[in-house]
Amino acid sequence: MSEHIVDFCNVSKKYLNQYAINDISFGLAPGKITALVGPNGSGKSTILKLAAGLIRPSSGSVTVNGRTACRRIAAEVAFLSEKDVLYPFFTVDETIKFNAGLFADFDLQKAGEILHFMGLEKNKKVRHLSKGNLGRLKITLALSRRAPLILMDEPLAGLDPLARDVIIKSMISHIDLGSQTVLLSTHEVSEVEPVLDMVICIYYGRIKGIEDVEKVREEYGLSLLDWMKKISVN
Amino acid sequence: MRGKFDNTKPIYLQILQRLCRQLVRGEIKTGQKLPSIREMALHMGVNPNTIQRVYNELEQMEIAETRRGLGSYVTENEERLSRLREDLKREQICRFVKDMRESGFNPGEIIEGVDNELKIQASKEAKGV
Repeated sequence: MSEHIVDFCNVSKKYLNQYAINDISFGLAPGKITALVGPNGSGKSTILKLAAGLIRPSSGSVTVNGRTACRRIAAEVAFLSEKDVLYPFFTVDETIKFNAGLFADFDLQKAGEILHFMGLEKNKKVRHLSKGNLGRLKITLALSRRAPLILMDEPLAGLDPLARDVIIKSMISHIDLGSQTVLLSTHEVSEVEPVLDMVICIYYGRIKGIEDVEKVREEYGLSLLDWMKKISVN
Repeated sequence: MRGKFDNTKPIYLQILQRLCRQLVRGEIKTGQKLPSIREMALHMGVNPNTIQRVYNELEQMEIAETRRGLGSYVTENEERLSRLREDLKREQICRFVKDMRESGFNPGEIIEGVDNELKIQASKEAKGV
């Protein structure tokens, strides 16, 4: 048995005859926050969808919490999609209750706390939320679940600095790293840098490096951005 | 945010240094309870695992101790804290002197320069700047 919560073993994913990711292997130790970084189109979303069991690998295997990733692992994985997947006609409160009905591990009390922390109004319709508030609501939904694995696809993309700040703070205070593991994708590296444990750099479908972020700073004396640049040219 | 970090140096070390300075300045007192890991993580804007590492280091340095189920406390050992104060002083002076010598200043010039600077700063403080 592996002690990893996520294991990718020689995973490739082809769309038609183009590789989105090509022969990727890595494992995630539990209780850590890991970022997938890399340019647009490098395969970050594909990796997250594979880990969420939403798509199947063309070859290789993806294991989550000891089971092969498939649709049914949704009960153990909280997935924050980059796309807008909320019903516009629900209010914030109805969206929360709807999600509480979908997932057995949804913690309504925690959701209330996070909503309050985020300063979201319960009675507002999703359709009337600003982009920043939509981002806040999506984070609330992901963090309210006691799922062992939380996947977030670009949780900060397109949000203003205030929204990004409150989202990062809510991650610090509401993720229980004693029982949860986080994998998120981002290209706003400097913003999330202080909350990361690990970083995986993807470049055109291949892993260029996996490293402990403190080690990048300690041993190479580099910021994550400089490290990414350095390994991407090799 | 309170946590502006130099992103080319390990964050746990930077926080460790900050806490040590606060101790030396007396902003954190002997025997005082340190914030919980989560509180400190939120305050600094960093990963709780990083704070855990800081607290572990402080414990290994015998500057803090973890009491089971109660949290982390600053040691009441005054001798250890004055040693920390001395270490911090030496470390900074050492770095400064090395820099100065590499820039070509001799010991007499360094002492005179420091002496002058102290006088300038003291007179500024006296004027309430």
